[in-house]
Amino acid sequence: MSESVGGQGVPALEARSIVKSFGTVRALRGASFQAYPGEVTALVGDNGAGKSTLIKVLSGVYSPDEGEVLVDGRPVSIPTPQAASALGIETVYQDLALAPDLDAASNVFLGRELRRFKVLHDQREMRKRTAASFAELGVGLVQDLRVPVASFSGGQRQSVAIARAAMWAEHVIIMDEPTAALGVIQTAKVLELIHSVRERGLAVVFISHNLPQVIEVADRIEVMRLGARVARFRRGEAGVERLIASISGAYANEEVAR
Amino acid sequence: MSETTKALDAQVAADAAAAEEARPSRLRQLVATPIMATLAFLAVLLLAFSILAPGKFGTTSNLTLLAQNVAILTVASVGTTFVIATAGIDLSIPSGIILGEVFAAQALMMISAGDGKAIDVPADQTRAGYVLAALAGALVAGLVIGAVNGVLVAYMRIPPMLATLGTLGAGLGVALLIRKGVNVATYALNPVATGTLIPGVPGLTNLVLIGLIVVVIGYVALHHSVFGRHTLAIGSSEEAARRVGLRVERHLLKVYVLGGLANGFAGFLSLAYFSTTSVGGHTTDNLQAITAVALGGTSLFGGVATILGTLIGVWIPAVLQNGFIIIGVNPYWQMIAVGIVLVLAVWSDQLRRRSQNRR
Repeated sequence: MSESVGGQGVPALEARSIVKSFGTVRALRGASFQAYPGEVTALVGDNGAGKSTLIKVLSGVYSPDEGEVLVDGRPVSIPTPQAASALGIETVYQDLALAPDLDAASNVFLGRELRRFKVLHDQREMRKRTAASFAELGVGLVQDLRVPVASFSGGQRQSVAIARAAMWAEHVIIMDEPTAALGVIQTAKVLELIHSVRERGLAVVFISHNLPQVIEVADRIEVMRLGARVARFRRGEAGVERLIASISGAYANEEVAR
Repeated sequence: MSETTKALDAQVAADAAAAEEARPSRLRQLVATPIMATLAFLAVLLLAFSILAPGKFGTTSNLTLLAQNVAILTVASVGTTFVIATAGIDLSIPSGIILGEVFAAQALMMISAGDGKAIDVPADQTRAGYVLAALAGALVAGLVIGAVNGVLVAYMRIPPMLATLGTLGAGLGVALLIRKGVNVATYALNPVATGTLIPGVPGLTNLVLIGLIVVVIGYVALHHSVFGRHTLAIGSSEEAARRVGLRVERHLLKVYVLGGLANGFAGFLSLAYFSTTSVGGHTTDNLQAITAVALGGTSLFGGVATILGTLIGVWIPAVLQNGFIIIGVNPYWQMIAVGIVLVLAVWSDQLRRRSQNRR
C-alpha cells in the first residue's frame, strides 16, 4: 500500500521514525517523511502536529533524538543549517530572512559571494547571475536589481527568498508556509515559482494550511497528526474533506507505531 | 489556470507601468541620494565662506589647515563607520586615541637613542625605527581596546553603548595611571604629520595624505569587499546573516577591533601632529566622529553606510567652525549649526527609510 502512495525512485529526502522531545513534550513520535525529486510534496497537519519540528530536523535546526534522515538514500547527519546547505537542502523561512538594506543580488549571494582577488566581491557578476536565475525561474521583479529589497512587496521578497533557495539547492527546497502572508495575486506568482522550481528536478517540500492550494499544487500530500505521519496521498486521491478527516484523525491510511 | 495567468499578466503590466511612472530621472535620482545632498550642502558652505571672506577663507593655506585639522578625526570616523554599519556604536574613541598616544610614547621611551631615549630625539634626527615602534605601540593599544569592546558586544551581548561607555572610562583611567596624569612631549614623530612625502602638491602634507589613504582603504573595504558586505548584512538583519551561515559574533569582534585599530592609529597621528600626548583631551572626539558618520548618511540603525559620506560629514562641522571664526561670527554658533544640521540629516534618513518601507 505504501508503494502506491510513494513517489518515483529514491526519495531525495527521507525521514524514518524520527523522535524528538522537548522536556516532557514528545513533538515527534516516530515521524516518517519522503520527498521525491521533481515533485512537490505538501506537509499538512493541525497546529502542534509536529510539522515545523519535522522541518527543523530536516533543515538542521534540531537534532533528532531517534530516527534516521536520508538524502538520496544515504543516511546523513544534519547538525546545523550549514550542513543542510552542504547536502543541497535549502530552507525558505516563513519570515523571509533577507537583509532588507541589501539588494536582491547581495541577498542571493550573501555568505557565498563571488570573489575577486580573494577579498573583494564581484558585484557585477553576482548581479548578472541573479538576473539570469530570476529570468529562468520567471521571477518578475519590476524594480531593478540595485534597490534594497526593503522596497519590494511581500510577494517579491518571498520570490527573492525562494529564488535564492532554488539557486543553491541541489536536491531539496523546504518552504514553511511560503504564501501565508501574501495576497491573492502574489500567492499565485509564488505558486508559479514553485512549479518552475519543481521543473528543474528539485524536490519541493512545503507546509501549508491552505488545503485547496495544497490540492492544486502538490504532487504528493503527507498528513501529520500527533507527531507522526497518518496518511499519504498522490495527486487527485484526496479532496479537502478527506484531508480534513486525516488531519482530525477520522481517516488514516498508514499504520502508526506508538 | 488561464484565468490566473491573465490576471497575473495584467498585474505585471500595471506594476511595470506604475514603476515606469514613479521612476525619477537619472539626475533627480542622483540628487535624491543622501550623499549628494550633504555634498551639495558642503559645497554651498565652502562657496558662501569664500564669498563672505574673500582672500581669507578660500586660500590654500587655510584649506590646508582645515585638511590637517580634520585628518585625525577622519581616521577615527572611518573606523567608526564600520561599527555603526553593524547598528553598533563606539563611545570609547577618546580612550582609544589617548591610549594610542600613550602607548606610542611609552614605546619611544623604551628605545635608547644615543645618550638619551628616542622620545627626546628632535624631528630632524628621528629614524624609521622609532616611528615604527611608536606605530606598533599605538596599534597595540587600539587592538586591545577594540578587542575588549568586541568581546563585550559580540560574545557577552552587552549593548554597544554601555560596553563602549565602560571601556571609555576604563581606558582613560589606564592612560592616566600609566602617565600618572602627566603628559609627555616628543618631536620624534613630527615628520609623519608635517613632512611631505609627495612634494609639489599644495596642501598635501603627510597627515593629509595618510587621512586620504585611510579613506580609500575604508571605501574599498566597506563597499567592495566581502568583509564590508557582511558588515552591512549583519547591521541590516543579524538573523538573516546568521541563517546564511555568517559567523556573526566573530565578524562583530573583527569590526570592533578594526574600530579600535583606527582609533589607536588616530592616537599615533595625534602624537605626531601635536608633539605631545593629551591625557584629558579628545573628550568629545567620539561625539564628533558619530556626528560626522550620521551627517554623511550612514544609518545609526545599521545596514546602510557610506565612507565618502563620512568624509563629507567630517568636513561640514570643521568648515562651519573655521568659516565662522574668519567672518567674525561667534564660533559658538557652530555648535548650534552643527546640532541643527545633524538632526536634519538623521530626520531625512528616517523619512527616506519610511517611504522605502511603505509597502
